[in-house]
Amino acid sequence: MMASSYKDEDGHITVSGSGAAAGAGGGSLRSKKPENTAFKQQRLPAWQPILTAGTVLPAFFIIGLMFIPIGIGLYVTSNNIKEFEVDYTGVEMSSPCFTCSQNFSWNSTKPCTCSVPFHLDQPYESNVFMYYGLSNFYQNHRRYVKSRDDSQLNGNEESLRKPSKECEPYAKHNNKPIAPCGAIANSMFNDSLELIYIDPNGTKVQIPLTATGIAWWTDKHVKFRNPGAENTNLTVVFQGTTRPVNWRRPVFQLDSDPDNNGFINEDFIVWMRTAALPTFRKLYRIIQRRSNVHPTLPRGNYSLEVVYNYPVRSFEGRKRMILSTISWMGGKNPFLGIAYVSVGSVCFLLGVLLLIIHHKYGNRNNAAEISH
Amino acid sequence: WLRHFCNFGGDEGRVHSRTIYVGHKSCPPNEAYIPPKFCDNRIVSSKYTVWNFLPKNLFEQFRRIANFYFLIIFLVQVIVDTPTSPVTSGLPLFFVITVTAIKQGYEDWLRHKADREVNEYRVSVLEDGRRIRKMSAKIKVGDILEVEEDETFPCDLILLQSSRDDGTCFVTTASLDGESNHKVRCTATHLQLLSLGPENLLLKGANLKNTQKICGVAVYTGMETKMALNYQGKSQKRSAVEKSINAFLLVYLFILVSKALVCTTLKYVWQSKHDETWYNEKTQKEKETNQYLKMFTDFLSFMVLFNFIIPVSMYVTVEMQKFLGSFFITWDKDFFDPEIQEGALVNTSDLNEELGQVEYIFTDKTGTLTQNNMEFIECCIDGFQYKHGDGSSETYFDKKEELFLRALCLCHTVQKEMGFIASSPDEIALVKGAMRYGFTFLGLESKNMKILNRNKDVETYELLHVLNFDPVRRRMSVMVRSKTDRRRFSVVTFFSLSVQEGYRTLCVAYKHLSAQEYARADADLREARLALQDREEKLMAVYNRVETDMILIGATAVEDQLQDEAAQTMEALQGAGMKVWVLTGDKMETAKSTCYACGLFKKNTELLELTLRTLEDGGRSREERLHDLLLEYHKKAVQDAPPVKLGITRLKLASGHDYGFIIDGASLSMVLSSSSEPNSRRYKNLFLQICQNCTSVLCCRMAPLQKAQIVKLVKNSKGNPITLSIGDGANDVSMILEAHVGIGIKGKEGRQAVKNSDYAIPKLKHLKKLLLAHGHLYYVRIAHLVQYFFYKNLCFILPQFLYQFFCGYSQQPLYDAAYLTMYNICFTSMPILAYSLLEQHICIEVLLEHSTLYRDIAKNAMLRWKLFLYWTALGIFHGLVFFFGVRFLFSNPALQDNGQVFGNWSYGTIVFTVLVFTVTLKLALDTRHWTWINHFVIWGSLAFYVFFSFFWGGIIWPFLKHQRLYFVFANMLSSVSAWLVIILLIILSLLPEILLVVLRKPRGPHARQVTLNCTAGDPQSPQSPARPLLTRTFSDESNTVI
Repeated sequence: MMASSYKDEDGHITVSGSGAAAGAGGGSLRSKKPENTAFKQQRLPAWQPILTAGTVLPAFFIIGLMFIPIGIGLYVTSNNIKEFEVDYTGVEMSSPCFTCSQNFSWNSTKPCTCSVPFHLDQPYESNVFMYYGLSNFYQNHRRYVKSRDDSQLNGNEESLRKPSKECEPYAKHNNKPIAPCGAIANSMFNDSLELIYIDPNGTKVQIPLTATGIAWWTDKHVKFRNPGAENTNLTVVFQGTTRPVNWRRPVFQLDSDPDNNGFINEDFIVWMRTAALPTFRKLYRIIQRRSNVHPTLPRGNYSLEVVYNYPVRSFEGRKRMILSTISWMGGKNPFLGIAYVSVGSVCFLLGVLLLIIHHKYGNRNNAAEISH
Repeated sequence: WLRHFCNFGGDEGRVHSRTIYVGHKSCPPNEAYIPPKFCDNRIVSSKYTVWNFLPKNLFEQFRRIANFYFLIIFLVQVIVDTPTSPVTSGLPLFFVITVTAIKQGYEDWLRHKADREVNEYRVSVLEDGRRIRKMSAKIKVGDILEVEEDETFPCDLILLQSSRDDGTCFVTTASLDGESNHKVRCTATHLQLLSLGPENLLLKGANLKNTQKICGVAVYTGMETKMALNYQGKSQKRSAVEKSINAFLLVYLFILVSKALVCTTLKYVWQSKHDETWYNEKTQKEKETNQYLKMFTDFLSFMVLFNFIIPVSMYVTVEMQKFLGSFFITWDKDFFDPEIQEGALVNTSDLNEELGQVEYIFTDKTGTLTQNNMEFIECCIDGFQYKHGDGSSETYFDKKEELFLRALCLCHTVQKEMGFIASSPDEIALVKGAMRYGFTFLGLESKNMKILNRNKDVETYELLHVLNFDPVRRRMSVMVRSKTDRRRFSVVTFFSLSVQEGYRTLCVAYKHLSAQEYARADADLREARLALQDREEKLMAVYNRVETDMILIGATAVEDQLQDEAAQTMEALQGAGMKVWVLTGDKMETAKSTCYACGLFKKNTELLELTLRTLEDGGRSREERLHDLLLEYHKKAVQDAPPVKLGITRLKLASGHDYGFIIDGASLSMVLSSSSEPNSRRYKNLFLQICQNCTSVLCCRMAPLQKAQIVKLVKNSKGNPITLSIGDGANDVSMILEAHVGIGIKGKEGRQAVKNSDYAIPKLKHLKKLLLAHGHLYYVRIAHLVQYFFYKNLCFILPQFLYQFFCGYSQQPLYDAAYLTMYNICFTSMPILAYSLLEQHICIEVLLEHSTLYRDIAKNAMLRWKLFLYWTALGIFHGLVFFFGVRFLFSNPALQDNGQVFGNWSYGTIVFTVLVFTVTLKLALDTRHWTWINHFVIWGSLAFYVFFSFFWGGIIWPFLKHQRLYFVFANMLSSVSAWLVIILLIILSLLPEILLVVLRKPRGPHARQVTLNCTAGDPQSPQSPARPLLTRTFSDESNTVI
């Protein structure tokens, strides 16, 4: 690959080859004399940079001087992000969801509900993003990660009837193909969370939550598609398939909105993007800012209304609800800021140190020496 | 019909007697003769045919441990349920196998071509009295062949008829044993029927000379000829770098296995705590599998997951680097010799880097150091010196001078046949020298020597006796009788005196014999020659008696012209820390003169001599004397030598005391095969130690096999130094094959050496550039290539290993399969390949000018364990930075400004992006020579990675089961945090590297100056004051010990 491309280019870099070669070879036979091209004689013009203290020191200072402000900016941005987290797993006796977590059973028909009160110390001004967080949940386990059929999720009718083997043991139930198949879909997070603002005067106001815009646009519009492109009646399309074992509703009843139902249900799509680490959060709802006057979430008391469907105690997991504002860098994460500031400072200090060493001990490298 | 019983005892593999029907006449019915099957004359040196190429080549390739290992990994992937698809390792393996197969196929095709050339060579065969042109391959045993002058014998023949009257013919065996003198072969006569000997045999490969044509019967054909039997299959030579690679490979294999073991163990520890969860149940098959089998397959799965740490593609890149890199040797116009219209030749590309590691050079003398072209330079008659050029113009000659020139014309064994032929080239030089002064030797006709003197008169002398040259007597004489004055007998003697000013000096002396004296000498000689016992001693006694009371006339100086720039080359090589040993079959005096001439021995060099002469001094048994001498020299050269501190160059040592060692073949065989075993080992050690402490070693009167023995001895000595042999004749083949690197000179003596060498160059002077520039660069390139490859795969796979701790040891790959496969093939392979082909950390002119730079890389300096550890540590550091940097970022996976979260594939893609950029930029930092190709390839690779990632994630691929990367890369780029973390981690990873560059001790003022020179871009910088072409330092025999 490489070699041929070299040879192709030989012609361009001929220095004085033809003259010399022709002279030796005469007119008769092609002489074996090697061609005098810059490439073949290893004489291609080259830039020969030499890294010396002279060239490197400014780089250190520049890096230091650039990274520290960026880091400070990142740190401030991250600090300005408001984040509130509430754990509603119900492990402690005192927790409101304790009963629900204790009495969990897959077969129960009556959903268990609990409400978790909490208090916001600050008003949340801009759009607020509501996440659910799970801990000790290995969504990145290999058997789990591959237990899906992307072709089925892309609306392929054949895969709908015959789910891929990767979905085992969640491919078929009672000899009917499961839609959507696989362990990921089967274990979809199905707690429903509602936020209720408790006015200082005692009235409860339900906060409107937007369930769309939480999944990647490309996932929603390209990667996930309902089968039967034209047929909007999902009940018919999904006939002959069965719901995942742990689901309470079939896939075509996930939402009343036809654009958010079936495989293109955004809650489902979000869940299907497997998390990188065993402790993760996933976007659940967005609380849109309604007016410029009132904050999206005013300071005060709230209640989180949970329909407790999702068991995590069996694997010592935790469930959280997170409210967070978002900046240009995403959610709250002080790491980047700290990292930038530290790397910047280290660079700067090293620069200073090197400068001292350089001035004290060696006048050997005095100028930038990059020559052609 | 004729029946031959040939018996050449001792030739291994040859049937001791064979019966041949000449001309395929049917055998008489009364004799029970079963025609034996002899092979035809086809020469096959190729390994494959079109049909067996694929299976045979595949078999050969999978015998290599590395390939076999990858095949096993591939099979495991096919059979066991592994985290990565078989394609990830199958594709690179397929690539490797294909590239190697193409390379080997090409090389074999070249061999086929060479074979065809030999096999289709047209020869004349006499069949039923007619001459038929036949292809050489079709010759059968028993065919009668006709060979004309200057043709090469196509197979081993028994001489039946010669066009010469005396039934002899002359052959040169230059292409067989390097001896270019003419040898006489006799016709097999009826009398000889039962005792055919070597004198009747014409060997394949020899050339017919001075004989119009001969007829011979083919006795040995094809692979049974002496030449084919002598051709030892070239054993695979492996370079020191390859050995280092294998050692590193073992370390990485160990890392790999321990990683897999750790993960397997932890997996089961983890599983005991984390029972099967409801959301992630095992499949039916998994539940049914036996626990231990499961453990085993888990182990295999981890092995497969981490197997990228042992780079498949390293082999292919190394192969490509070697193969493509060797073109630079063939392309080098500095190696082009206008005389033979040829450049350098590369026979194996496996040893390029070994050229940068040479510690010992074994060179042949004749044809290599010298041109094997004797020239009469000057003579000294009666105390007056005559140089060529001023003598010829003189018209007046006194008696002494005429006598001198007449002597030159008489005392030799030269034959005149369209030019002069003699067994020793200096005889010709002398005869030619005499011719220049007006005395022409006209030839020898039935014992009469004719000389045309200055007055254009023909003088005739009857040659009575020739007292041959021998190394002990160191002289030769002839007895002649003048035709004009029949009573006048004269003895003319040449005796080799010594070596002065690099010339070979011979003294000429004469004496007149009276008829009585002659009669007595004649009788004595005849008697001694016929003596059955102690013939040698008796002859010697007679010779000594005859050669007394001689009258000295003068001396001649003959010079074996040195090759161009021989002295400079030797100086440069010694400056580069290489020790030069001259191994020659020649006489000691000649060889010594050459050594002086090319500066191997200097004026102040103290010579330690271990030859028959020194051994026979002192009157004790040779064995004892050998012992004493060895001890004495050892004391001198080894024990008393000032301890050399490391780092002090040997040049400084040389200024103190300089030793040269001389040994001859006979003494060497005594050293090597002493009667008692312990003695022998001790002698060997002593010998080696002495030699290694001498600047130069001269071994003269060596048989070809002894040359190889010496090379072997040094090769296997302490520290296993890298040896290089250079020679031009077939007598050097054994040492060329034995040494680590064999170099052939495309000289006058046939192509045997060139064929068997690893590299062939037209002239000795090319060795300098071959080693100092090409060798140095190749070594640096490949050493960096190897280290870099291990490094880049370590930091590639370490994050994957660390990820297991966060995914329940479930063998979940961190990167997508496409990235796993493409990483080594596409994203990171081209920059390093370009680097390893083009890098010139120091430019060629500087390398040639400062030969000491070669010492910087001696002893495999760039692949020492310390450096390997450094690279490994760097790889680990990078791996940790990549993984944990992203890990901390992902403590909140909401990284987009719309609050959406990233999943595991985004995680892997960020790590991978950082990885590809860091690894490529690390190489960019190491690159000291940026041609446009480097720019193109480095920035092109990065651009290709970005382009590929977009492309790969931009389409729903119908053939993929999982659309894991769909828009992952694009989404990653839409996140500012991802950008920031990528930049941060790249800079953080490269920081220590940059820091080290600054902190690293400056490589001495010398190196600094070197680089400055280099960048000045002035290739024609003034040469260091080199020694003149021929250094004629006056050296005295008295320098010799004893």
